[in-house]
Amino acid sequence: MRELINYTLHLADNSLILGHRNSEWCGHGPILEQDIALTNIALDLIGQARYLYQYAARLINENPGASDLIFDASPVTEDTLAYFRDTRQFRNCLLVEQPNGDWAQTLLKQFLFSAYQYPLYTALQKSADKELCAIAEKAIKEVSYHLRWSGEWIIRMGDGTSESHKRLMHAFDELWMYTGELFIPSEEEKLLLNNGISANLVSVKESWMARVEQVFVDANLPLAHIRDQKPTIFQKGGKEGRHSESLGYILAEMQFVQRAYPGNEW
Amino acid sequence: MNGKIMPELKIDTKTIEGWLAEVMDPEVPVLSVMDLGIVREIRQENGNLEIIITPTYSGCPAMDVITAQIRLAVAGRGFKDVKVTQSLQPAWTTDWMSEAGKQKLKDYGIAPPLPKQTVCHPDLFQMEEAIQCPHCGSWHTKRLSEFGSTACKALYQCQDCQEPFDYFKCH
Repeated sequence: MRELINYTLHLADNSLILGHRNSEWCGHGPILEQDIALTNIALDLIGQARYLYQYAARLINENPGASDLIFDASPVTEDTLAYFRDTRQFRNCLLVEQPNGDWAQTLLKQFLFSAYQYPLYTALQKSADKELCAIAEKAIKEVSYHLRWSGEWIIRMGDGTSESHKRLMHAFDELWMYTGELFIPSEEEKLLLNNGISANLVSVKESWMARVEQVFVDANLPLAHIRDQKPTIFQKGGKEGRHSESLGYILAEMQFVQRAYPGNEW
Repeated sequence: MNGKIMPELKIDTKTIEGWLAEVMDPEVPVLSVMDLGIVREIRQENGNLEIIITPTYSGCPAMDVITAQIRLAVAGRGFKDVKVTQSLQPAWTTDWMSEAGKQKLKDYGIAPPLPKQTVCHPDLFQMEEAIQCPHCGSWHTKRLSEFGSTACKALYQCQDCQEPFDYFKCH
């Protein structure tokens, strides 16, 4: 049970943190339509996070003692999980918490993540856990939209002007090191895979890599740039709660009101 | 009343559907929850009422308002303890939208979803769907943005009458 709770939180944290990052663009997009696109994607991701947190909260409430998390308030709700955990208790991968940077970096981050979420949720639709199955079935339609939109932007930028190409290459150098962790199963993922609950990250990676390489080819980005990266560049730790400094700043902003005025609503 | 009209009394499901046909989507106020196809099941047991709904999009902010309005609509008819449950599976699709609902959308100036999904897979740079302008009926239209004013819509413009319009995208 502890593994299922932590895995559900991992999935939820990924969606919440990327959703929050995307929401930072609200009102700042290069043109109105793209501003709206990113905020709509943020909304989808935060919506997915809500279902996952609701499920995790239910598991925690129904199985006292199963989780390591201790909260003042009871019962635990989706809000408790989003607003009252600290950085070490967040299990999102490092990729999603990285700063937005410019448009190229934001879009590459979204693309790399959507290209991961798509095969992941495809696999989870066959999960032995009925609730994760249902959430994946719901979310995959939204994810395919995100993937298409962000993938088209990668091609547009890579195959665009020398400036957009240069910026995309820079974004790649900033973000690629955080992709390795996506495919290293945590202890929870290993155990849940044996029970048919989590996804097999080996096949998720195959599908992810095929899509990323295809988009890189279409975007006139050198494939060698992906293939020549040394394995030592890859960072990890997010799934275990060891984060880059960025996450603390996100939580400070996102959690402040609930920490200062617990239970406040508007 | 203890949340029940009378323990043995069962209300005709059609009657309850009639009540729900008055609960409108706050974002698209011409569509009721029945038109949208988000009411999946109406259960009655011992005078207790449970209504099962499914969200359109995961992050749709209208769901909380819709849940509250469904409660109000049936509370007004004597069911005080109605349970509104969200179910995710099977996932909502625009195929569940009623024909009457599609016509209402069109009359309201929003192009209704196409009957068959054509762009719900992630391939890049697909052919744009041919969408009919809800204002002048022309098929000579162009997509401005895949994302519109709400998660369920995309933004189009008619190349004949030049009017921009929302398209309730297939999902």
